[in-house]
Amino acid sequence: MHAVVAIKQVPDTSNVRIDPETGTLIREGVPAIVNPYDIHAVEAAVQLKERLGGGQVTVITMGPPKATEALLECVEQGADRAILISDRKFGGADTLATSYVLARAIETINAELPVDIVLFGKQAIDGDTAQVGPGVATRLNIPLITYAVAVEEFDLAARRAVVHRRVEQGIEVLETTLPVLLTVEKEIAPVRHAPLPRLIAAARYQPEVWTATSPVSFDPQQIGLKGSPTVVGKAYTPPPRSGGEAISVADLGLEVVVARAMAVIEQAHVRNLHSESGVVS
Amino acid sequence: MNAEQPTIPRIWVFVEQQEHQVQPVSWELLGAAKRLSADLPGSVVEAVLPGHQVANLAPQAFQYGASRVYLIDNPVLEIYRNLPYAVAVSQLVTDYRPEIFLIGATTLGRDLAGSIATRVSTGLTADCTELSIDPANHILAATRPTFGGNLMATILCRRHRPQMATVRPRVLPMPEPVPDATGEVVTVPFDLREEDVPVKRLRLIRAEEQPNIEYAEVIVAGGRGVGGPEGFALLQELADALGGMVAASRPVVDAGWMDASRQVGQTGKTVRPKLYIAAGISGAVQHRVGMSGADAILAINTDPNAPIFQIATMGIVGDLYEVIPALIRQVKGQSYDGQAHL
Repeated sequence: MHAVVAIKQVPDTSNVRIDPETGTLIREGVPAIVNPYDIHAVEAAVQLKERLGGGQVTVITMGPPKATEALLECVEQGADRAILISDRKFGGADTLATSYVLARAIETINAELPVDIVLFGKQAIDGDTAQVGPGVATRLNIPLITYAVAVEEFDLAARRAVVHRRVEQGIEVLETTLPVLLTVEKEIAPVRHAPLPRLIAAARYQPEVWTATSPVSFDPQQIGLKGSPTVVGKAYTPPPRSGGEAISVADLGLEVVVARAMAVIEQAHVRNLHSESGVVS
Repeated sequence: MNAEQPTIPRIWVFVEQQEHQVQPVSWELLGAAKRLSADLPGSVVEAVLPGHQVANLAPQAFQYGASRVYLIDNPVLEIYRNLPYAVAVSQLVTDYRPEIFLIGATTLGRDLAGSIATRVSTGLTADCTELSIDPANHILAATRPTFGGNLMATILCRRHRPQMATVRPRVLPMPEPVPDATGEVVTVPFDLREEDVPVKRLRLIRAEEQPNIEYAEVIVAGGRGVGGPEGFALLQELADALGGMVAASRPVVDAGWMDASRQVGQTGKTVRPKLYIAAGISGAVQHRVGMSGADAILAINTDPNAPIFQIATMGIVGDLYEVIPALIRQVKGQSYDGQAHL
């Protein structure tokens, strides 16, 4: 069994703050983490390997040299091989250009050791696009199952798997041929603490570094800014939602406070408060 | 197929249906497409409707603003699966070269849109909350929140067509249907066979009563300040009176007082109700990220320094067990005649 997991190092968006003076994003001091969904994708791959009694888990990421940290965390988690795809020429890539690079990389990895499953987190918490996984599956021309929550069966000999996927109506149980690409929810596999031997192995591990020209010759027209149809026209911090007044029951009494609260409720144009005959406010 | 006037800028909307029920976001998008069309000279608004035996849904698309419906009807499209839908719709895009293509940012829409954009090699902006036409160059300006809602980015796709975007449900208004509207149905041939589809649905485990708080117009959310699971009955009563749903902050879910499907915030769901009542929620940034898009926020907390008050339309410093029962009485007193009984 050979699983490839594509991960991303992201700023911990729960720690992203806005500079009140300039209204811009403060990135300094914001810890870089492995995208939370991706760690579950790695764990799912490792558990699948254990379940099938062996195999290899390869982790790849496209990013700056600093993303090595994220790869090493995946090695601690049980990945056997880690590849950093890093080159200034990849900079400014949107999801189309990113999916091109990752798909070509996976094709190359597949040529060395055939890949049975590719895993992605369902989305990255910085961009939240959820587009790269579907893009890679499309480029590789393999089945795509997004929002996967469980792998019920994985039959290497029969080249088939049964995967559970979360949809609005419930859980969809799908049968697919292999190889397949999954984008996963956190439920796919709870993350376990890395045992000491893994930590030691990771401390000694050096991820491979692939550039835009070696070992894969990426098409310069399809990478980085050049390969990206979308550009950011402008970026701005949403006008900070200013708070209204705060009123206190102790000061004004319950009746006044509730009347003022009702005014807010009415102005919200809540449907139930609109009768057929009359209009509120 | 490209024979007919390729210069007409077509604004397309994907009509998402499952089990013959159309996702309301499709109609929201037709409304948005109409508004975009007013700023894009000569443009037309059209709908793409794949499925099996779904021709009866076309009149609704006309009523919500489409002048034409591309009907792709095939048994392999009965249940949504990525491959047949992506192949069918991408082929249509290649044939007609629309200028703009909008898809709802639902589970299905986000699964599909990335595949289509990759197949036709164009730009796709995810999960937009705002759309407009740049008056200078007539291109689509698609705005979306990023970095957990801390930053808004307006994305442009200058040279590639179509300009694709998925749009979050419930952020755009639902247009009024025009009862007599009609249009043209273009039946699109599609001959993919079941043997060519690598994924089969074995079964669907339907979630019973799965609360869909993302779609709620009114949310009454409780935090640690509610004190225990029993307190949520009170919140439910207010939510019922307002036609809303109950949600919770993370500590409440972690404590097991409420199910995770009701959690709002960074690790939970993002909601955009018209009214969000936060009861006993202090309002950490991780919670605010999930609810600061609400039209109005009413916060009730005993702590006057709770961060939730910084973003609340109105903050009430007081005991929720005193304020909420009084609110329930008021709301019930005026639900049906629109007049407050004070």
